[in-house]
Amino acid sequence: MINRLLSRSLRGQLAVTGGAILLALVVGAIVMVLTSPIITGSLDPWLWSEAYLALLQGATGIAIAFDPFSIDFTGFNGVIDTLVRATPYILGGLAVGLGFKAGLFNIGAQGQFLMGALGAVVAAIALADAPTVIAVPLALVAGLLAGAAYGFVPGWLKAFTGAHEVVVTIMLNYVALQIISWAVSGPLRAAGATFARTSDVGAATLPILAGSSGHLLHSGVIIAFAAVPVVWWVLYRSTVGFEIHTVGANPDAARYAGMRPRRLIVLTMSASGLLAGLAGGIEILGVQHYLPAAYATTVGFDAITVALLGRANPWGILFGGLLLGALRAGAPLMQIKAGVPVQMIDILQGVILFFLAADLIVRWVFRIREAKAGSVDELKTVTGSYGGSSATKG
Amino acid sequence: MDVLFDIPVVGILFQLVDYMIQVLTINGAVILALAAPIALGAYCGFMNERSGVVNIGIEGMMIASAFAGWFVASMVVQAFPDQPRADFFFGASPALILGLVAAIITGMLVSAVHAWLSITVKADQIISGTIINIVALGATGYLIIIISASSPPSAGRFTPFNPPEALTDLPFVGWIFNMFLSQGPITMAVLVIALILNVLLFRSRWGLRTRSVGEHPKAAETVGIDVIKLRYRNVILGGIFAGLAGAWFTLDFGTSFQAGMTNGRGFIALAALIFGRWLPLGAFGAALLFAAASSLSIAIRTVPPTGQLGDILTAIPDQFWSALPYLVTIIILAGAVGRSVAPAAVGKPYERESAS
Repeated sequence: MINRLLSRSLRGQLAVTGGAILLALVVGAIVMVLTSPIITGSLDPWLWSEAYLALLQGATGIAIAFDPFSIDFTGFNGVIDTLVRATPYILGGLAVGLGFKAGLFNIGAQGQFLMGALGAVVAAIALADAPTVIAVPLALVAGLLAGAAYGFVPGWLKAFTGAHEVVVTIMLNYVALQIISWAVSGPLRAAGATFARTSDVGAATLPILAGSSGHLLHSGVIIAFAAVPVVWWVLYRSTVGFEIHTVGANPDAARYAGMRPRRLIVLTMSASGLLAGLAGGIEILGVQHYLPAAYATTVGFDAITVALLGRANPWGILFGGLLLGALRAGAPLMQIKAGVPVQMIDILQGVILFFLAADLIVRWVFRIREAKAGSVDELKTVTGSYGGSSATKG
Repeated sequence: MDVLFDIPVVGILFQLVDYMIQVLTINGAVILALAAPIALGAYCGFMNERSGVVNIGIEGMMIASAFAGWFVASMVVQAFPDQPRADFFFGASPALILGLVAAIITGMLVSAVHAWLSITVKADQIISGTIINIVALGATGYLIIIISASSPPSAGRFTPFNPPEALTDLPFVGWIFNMFLSQGPITMAVLVIALILNVLLFRSRWGLRTRSVGEHPKAAETVGIDVIKLRYRNVILGGIFAGLAGAWFTLDFGTSFQAGMTNGRGFIALAALIFGRWLPLGAFGAALLFAAASSLSIAIRTVPPTGQLGDILTAIPDQFWSALPYLVTIIILAGAVGRSVAPAAVGKPYERESAS
């Protein structure tokens, strides 16, 4: 049955992804053992098992112990943490993945996420006295519009001047940091706060679905999960999705078929920014509840990992977002129980990507056959020239 | 002068120029020092992109080198606390020299990974660079947390050269000598490297071959140039500059390592490379300009100009000045101030035709 559901190339990709994750865990384990003399004072060949078990417990609540062997379920806090952490990753991953489909590399999800956060917080402060049913949707819309506007700029520049979106979005990420810093330490600064931050989002706080203090499941999670089938439908079942695919695969062919690549580039980047902005809005309204001037987050960059893990497919991105969310949710317990710093997750994340890019290593280790020639691989198709791609001609 | 300043409207521009000259001549040495890692990073990008390989992993290469330089120097000091210092050569000690070498080797090793991923594996080069950034930032962040728990000793840093006052006190040009000579060894080398690279690019066999490989690799291959080998060599040699940029952070300008201390300089380097139209001297100029912009913003905060100009400048938020280099880069890329065109083959993996 599964053989008929999955084509051979898709099975190959799934195997490569699984193999890459497995190899990354092995590399992580080697790093932990090699650095164990610094962490624990002596070489500990089993530090990795301790760390990974703590990671599992922190992310899922499943506590496994050896000697004596036992499996316990410690409650839903871990699952809630994973879902909450995964929410911006899924939306951010969809944002980056959407760009990939059109042959665009949106490294600017970070900036669009920040602008979405700013948009949401501005609306939330303006709507402080409104009822929640009005304040929440309006603040979310403000966030996604701010993100879309911030994605529109590099899209427009790419389409009409040929400025490469990778460089422009990297630059815009830094500009976004400065805009936030200015807005929050200036006009939006809360009176009486000990550091530069806005006041709380108040009425626009996302309703809580479940959980206890410190582990609250906010309703933004539903939006992230709902966005997956919506984006899938747009990409694979709608006309505009077909056009995005075509422009991504071959802009010249798209133009001859009567599509308008420039318009599609602007549209895709704006939609990408919209999703990232929505992620920013949800994070502020659901988790952070205020915006600090120096908002330290890497969600927009992690979104790149998520999109690549999911090979730009919305369902794959859902999986990638949940995986990274679980890693991040479990990391604090890993640090407490095994003494392995949470930065281990950054290493794992990078090494997974390394093995996805260098898939020949994974194929060699696990004896996975080469993908059929002609199958589209997002890891090999996004770089265009800085000097402007053919999509911007004519 | 005052006559010019008092002209309505236009006078304010003269005041601005006067203020900028004051700021720049006083802070010349700091500006050059701050420009050094940006320029060096841009040279790394230059070596890559001129031969047709995109490198957005400069940031990661820098942070890895900064860590390796600091770590090796610190370990040497821990093993041999009595370090002789060569007062005649920037106060160099064996620990500092070994740290510098470690930083350079690290830059080359990370570059070799980038070369392998983008030339042999033919992975997307932007993704390869992204991977390098993630792994380098993550790994150094991980290592510094576990290492700093034992508070390892610092190896100190290369001390800046002290130019004779007869030179620096010269009227009109003295500040230029001060700017270029009161520097540590890495910063002092930055302009020299730009000159050498610029000459090599247009006046040497290597330069001609590199340009041809970056613009039209097929044509280069037909005249017998080994495209793959030259790309590998240039990308790995480019790592030397990323290594120097990293060493600047921990051995020349500062003495310790913090997670994420490169703070986007690798990306500004990329901007400087584009701004400087893929030329080493251009990138050097762009790096100076970017450093001057941040120096100006500090000056406006600490010693604002008097009168009307002061009112205007202090009304502009700090953040505007910090964002300025990025905004200017976008404007340049968009072609609003003359177009900057990348080497034609940049980003495209080279497929050698089968020799049958």
